[in-house]
Amino acid sequence: MAIPLSYNVRNLKLRKGLTVMTALGIALTVTTAVFLMALLAGLDKAFMTSGDPLNVLVMRKGSTAELSGGFDASLFPTLKTLPGIATDGQGQPLASGEWVVVAVLPRKDGTGEVNVSVRGLMPAGLALRMDEKDSKGQPRMKLVEGRWFSTGQREVVVGKSIHDRFAGAKIGDTMDFAKGQWKVVGVFDSGGTAYDSEIWGDVNQIAVDFDRQGGYASVYLRATDPIAADALKNRVSDDQRLKLDGSLETEYYEKQTSSGGPIKFIGTVVAIIMAIGSSFAAMNTMYAAVAYRSREIATLRIIGFSRPSILTSFVIEAILLSLLGALVGIVLILPFNGMTTGIGNSLTFSETVFSLHLTARVMITAVVFAVVMGLAGGFAPAWQAARQDILTSLRA
Amino acid sequence: MTLTRFVTKSAFRNRRRSILTVLSITFSLLLLTMMMTVWRSFYIDQGTAQEAQRLVTRHRVSLTQWMPAFYREKIRAIPGVVAVAPNNWFGGLYIDDKPEHFFAQFGTDPDEIFKIFTDVRVPADQLEAWQRDRAGCVVDDQLAKKFGWKLGDRIHVNGTIYPVNIELTIRGIFHAPQPTSSIYFNQTYVEEAVAFAKGQAGTFDVLVDTPEDVARVATAIDDMFHNSPQPTKTESEKAFQLSFINSLGNVKAFILSICFAVVFATLLVSATTMAMSIRERTREVAVLRTLGFTRRSILRLYLGESVIVALTGGAFGCLFALLLISVLAHAPGMGMFFGGMKVTPPTLLLAIFVAGVVGLLSAVFPAYHAAKLDIVEGLRYLG
Repeated sequence: MAIPLSYNVRNLKLRKGLTVMTALGIALTVTTAVFLMALLAGLDKAFMTSGDPLNVLVMRKGSTAELSGGFDASLFPTLKTLPGIATDGQGQPLASGEWVVVAVLPRKDGTGEVNVSVRGLMPAGLALRMDEKDSKGQPRMKLVEGRWFSTGQREVVVGKSIHDRFAGAKIGDTMDFAKGQWKVVGVFDSGGTAYDSEIWGDVNQIAVDFDRQGGYASVYLRATDPIAADALKNRVSDDQRLKLDGSLETEYYEKQTSSGGPIKFIGTVVAIIMAIGSSFAAMNTMYAAVAYRSREIATLRIIGFSRPSILTSFVIEAILLSLLGALVGIVLILPFNGMTTGIGNSLTFSETVFSLHLTARVMITAVVFAVVMGLAGGFAPAWQAARQDILTSLRA
Repeated sequence: MTLTRFVTKSAFRNRRRSILTVLSITFSLLLLTMMMTVWRSFYIDQGTAQEAQRLVTRHRVSLTQWMPAFYREKIRAIPGVVAVAPNNWFGGLYIDDKPEHFFAQFGTDPDEIFKIFTDVRVPADQLEAWQRDRAGCVVDDQLAKKFGWKLGDRIHVNGTIYPVNIELTIRGIFHAPQPTSSIYFNQTYVEEAVAFAKGQAGTFDVLVDTPEDVARVATAIDDMFHNSPQPTKTESEKAFQLSFINSLGNVKAFILSICFAVVFATLLVSATTMAMSIRERTREVAVLRTLGFTRRSILRLYLGESVIVALTGGAFGCLFALLLISVLAHAPGMGMFFGGMKVTPPTLLLAIFVAGVVGLLSAVFPAYHAAKLDIVEGLRYLG
């Protein structure tokens, strides 16, 4: 027969101080682990939602990022007349030659300078992105404030994250990078994608300022439908004269999720070391629980509870303790949900901003993690409890 | 029995509990020592004497902008500058784009680069062989070991920034104070193949005659190009490297919060143990008091016990940290974070000190209660 669960709950309540302190220890470990997992989940989300399946990104063959290299501007007319490209209201193809460069800007909170991506685009590049839809079929790009930059002007629009994190990124401010001042005329929101960490301006102005005239780093083509996108991509890649490579924009961003590598590695090491420490602490508490109750356990045996049910009962008590820890740990991290932070991206060589994302999966992993700690700490003491000699214990 | 021996004996009277507590503190302190070591090497360590004499000049806008190659001779003319060499990031792929195949390739001037990297050792005959082969390269000894390269081997690197694939013959294997995961080749080789690379430089490495002159030379370089179309930013090699770490995000806050969590967790573990241990001995306290021990000495006894347990844990933690860091420092692919990292005596002392303070703090409450105990009450206590 199983020992009722309320027995364990009452025991935990009886020794409140000890329970709370052990649970808090576990909670701290869970908090650290959850924080790191939420960080990675947020980063994954930022890159997984970035890019649109209808956008075909064309770069020079061999080039792995928009930042590296470029190709001659004379190829652009060939690209924009390829079949399968969507057109705007005036019948112009949605094709945009672009540059992505890096500028160093000071953070608003004074914690140093950061590399920021600056993108130069053609007017068609804006139209192309305004055409993007999210999963609900709503436009993804929104101009939150102000207006778009005008062609031929030293004007920029900034992504939401840039607006929030950098000094001088409000409408009417001027930003100082490359060869002079740029007027901020608008703020856009791309729905949490990597674009939010970019500054956009006119492609020719950017090219001149960054000494990159006469070419493009990438060309964006907006396909009419998914099949046309696939065909466009293959057509560009297979044309031997162009020496260019096409890829879907979504594929391009998927590759960038690897920027979380260092955090993942360090986070795992930290979480494992902390978990081992917490398991020992839990083991200590459970051994004490067994020792205090040795006479009680013997009584339970006499009443007729079997060894397996005593073992189960104590293991369950340890798990309850760790679940309490997991609960406290998750509650501790809740205020940080949605907090934004930046991470260096090895492909764009600049900062991508993302928010801490407490997903159901992260929480389930945290609970499993805590239960494993409870099991590791609780099994040996429970084993001892089950194997106690009845007579010796009663005499104690 | 001396008092010290008495305290030590009581600290380990319940052997299992003490061992578990020590182990728990060991793992926490291991983490703390690691984090402090990372912090020290990023933010406190000033680098070697040779490093302190080197500057890196880049384009002011960002690293992705190039400077004219003739800047080299202008920099050389500044008093205090001993040697200057261009250092260009090639950014090519070896085999494929998997992280385990990643290493840095730099195009430079074979005649001058090792006059600047004074702490890098390369055999004279190998250096000469490299200087004579335009398509040759020198590789880091750790990297050569990893890929099984030997002198005379050919490596093929696919260009990503430059539209050219280069075939390099290994002419030399160099030894750097810490693994660098890089190879150096002659920049002229790339310039011949790619027109737009001609006359451009990504960064310049500069050797200054004395460490005291470094700041002055850095300002002199930047002032010289201040109003040109390509202004520069010159910083110490250490600061240059730190900017890569900073680009990973708010590393400082990250390390601090882990340290805080670890210290607090240790405090909890130690406090739990002391609370259990002291409560068990309520009757013993009363006996000690009847024997003539004052309240004050009881308090000291228990505080001492707790500190001893925590210090033991701290010492083991430091020991493990020493082992783990030395493993990580030489593990492949860890160069960015742990490459060349060492646990220094001050870090160890600080870690042990933290352990001691945590032990002391965790025992304050239970020990105070024990000392305050009424003797008669204590003798009656059944446990």
